[in-house]
Amino acid sequence: MAVSQNKLVQWIEYRLPVFSFLDHELNEYPTPKNLNYWWNFGSLAGIMLTIMILTGIFLAMNYDPNVGDAFQSVERIMREVNYGWLIRYIHMNGASFFFIVVYIHLFRGLYYGSYKAPRELLWMLGVVIVLLMMMTAFMGYVLPWGQMSFWGATVITNLFSAFPVVGKDIVTWLWGGFAVSNPTLNRFYSLHYLLPFVILGVVGLHMMALHQHGSNNPLGIDRKGPQDSVPFHPYYTYKDMFGLSVFLVVFAIFVFYFPNVLGDPQNYIPANPLHTPPEIVPEWYLLPFYAILRAIPNKLLGVCALFASIFILFIVPWLDTSKVRSAYFRPIYKWVFWLLVIDAFALGAVGAHRPEGFWIYIGRIGTFYYFFHFLVLMPLIGWFERPLPLPPSISEAVLKKKQKRGGEGALTGVAATRSKP
Amino acid sequence: MRPHLAMPALLIGAVIAVAALAQPAQLARAQAAEEGAPALPDVSWSFEGPFGTFDRAALQRGFQIYSQVCSTCHSMNLLTYDDLAGPDGLGYTEAEVKAIAAQKQVPTINKEGQPAMRPALPSDHFVPPFPNEKAAGAGFGGTAPPDLSDIIKARDGHERYVYGILTGFREPPKGFHVPSGRYYNLYFPGHVIAMPPPLQDNVVTYSDGTKATLDQEAHDVVTFLTWASDPTMEQRKQTGAKVILFLLAMTGVLYGAKRRVWSDVEH
Repeated sequence: MAVSQNKLVQWIEYRLPVFSFLDHELNEYPTPKNLNYWWNFGSLAGIMLTIMILTGIFLAMNYDPNVGDAFQSVERIMREVNYGWLIRYIHMNGASFFFIVVYIHLFRGLYYGSYKAPRELLWMLGVVIVLLMMMTAFMGYVLPWGQMSFWGATVITNLFSAFPVVGKDIVTWLWGGFAVSNPTLNRFYSLHYLLPFVILGVVGLHMMALHQHGSNNPLGIDRKGPQDSVPFHPYYTYKDMFGLSVFLVVFAIFVFYFPNVLGDPQNYIPANPLHTPPEIVPEWYLLPFYAILRAIPNKLLGVCALFASIFILFIVPWLDTSKVRSAYFRPIYKWVFWLLVIDAFALGAVGAHRPEGFWIYIGRIGTFYYFFHFLVLMPLIGWFERPLPLPPSISEAVLKKKQKRGGEGALTGVAATRSKP
Repeated sequence: MRPHLAMPALLIGAVIAVAALAQPAQLARAQAAEEGAPALPDVSWSFEGPFGTFDRAALQRGFQIYSQVCSTCHSMNLLTYDDLAGPDGLGYTEAEVKAIAAQKQVPTINKEGQPAMRPALPSDHFVPPFPNEKAAGAGFGGTAPPDLSDIIKARDGHERYVYGILTGFREPPKGFHVPSGRYYNLYFPGHVIAMPPPLQDNVVTYSDGTKATLDQEAHDVVTFLTWASDPTMEQRKQTGAKVILFLLAMTGVLYGAKRRVWSDVEH
């Protein structure tokens, strides 16, 4: 499409081709016509990042990163700043919803094989984003300087002391002192403000990698021609806006009616280094990893397992030996995928409970299975599994499904891709 | 499942799963404190539900209890006297708030630069009962009575827990040893609490003629404390109703628009 005839637009375009760039990447950008609603979560994640950065900037204008004032300044935002409660509750619950969206996005990628060639770097950049998000969220949770902020920071930074020889020095270096204290809060604040913009940069690379080969799709087969795709605008702009609207309803219910349900009551008690709370738990989105950490009786090995559980995602494109992308055509992997989902929830539940009684065993089995899935099942299934025949093209599959749709409940392969994730 | 239902359904599913995941930690903590602890009393509150508001008369009675009873030991450092007036307040006028504040003395520096006292202003924070944390703890074995500003938000069980504590003082069961200067409470983790029973029938005389039973007093002061923890609750719920109504309408419009846009594509 030619850029507008407007003289000013043309003047700018000649010197800085932003208009043709946006037109190419957001307007005519060809997108598979068969994307289902699981594909909404990428744009939702981008919007959540924007919401977090915007609310965060306004919170920072009123926040005081000093151990003596941090807790009071957050309460002042809630009580005295105009609509401060709204901005803070959006930011606080936004963290949870950002993770919900990103975890769904990640599992969607796992189900439909979105990490396979030629999208390996796209996937790896996504894992980098998740990692940066966890660091950002952890440091953000420290800022209100409540009991769980302080003790969470103490526990997590202390993990590094498990490393032989240099462990203790690393911890002192992280703290900027000999305990979690004012310098720690200051640097966490600084980094918590910095990292979201680093994430933004990596999101840019993520988009670049995405637009190189375009979106994967529920069938996991490549687009073969224009009949397989639609322009991004208006088709997916409208679909994404509808999805966003549904998402915002759910988000608003939490922000306005259950703003503290996802948080820990202990964090409304000001940090007290002399009084350890009865239970130190991270926010829900880190619970599965916390469970993996505690599943291993040796501290150093536990820390290694914790890091490994995230870093293992980087090599998923090479652990999966199957040539077929979408789990729809993979009768065995499909079930194994759901077992991994169950495992993730089980580990989350383990992380939320004291490591006592049968929780210890569930934690160990869950941790073992997590690694077993990636290191053994993924490579193995790719070898012996016999995938179903792939449809010749997206448009043919789509048409076939449309014909069958009249005949109700037509669970041929393709019809089911819409309702089955 | 119909495709257009998939998105809301999976989102709601995910959120419920997360909420369910977040709850066990809190429940486990509450239960682990004491195996077989009785369930917290479940009474009804004016501020419950999506349209709940604070009963202004109960708030004022609760404030009376706080002023005459709780404030002997417990501070409320996050509140100012100003908070008692205005639309998010207890229903007092500014003149009344000025008079309430003026009953208290706060440290200041006089014209000669010497430390002195002056009557509190509406802009002052609630005057604490003790000059500092150490003084507050001195009478209680070193542990200061907790600040009450956020007490409802800061406890598992929230208003039910605090109401339970206030009404949960009992004679200890046979064989249960309670050290001297400590008290037996049904709902306190471990049952041994340092706070003497603060409320009993007729501990205050209500100016509005309400009968001051223990339950009434506890109910009123917990209403007041819930307001103190969350003074913008009414504003929040009312804004939320408008926002969600708008979003639902927008969702409907966008769904129609999306269907229309896609109507010329085989999909």
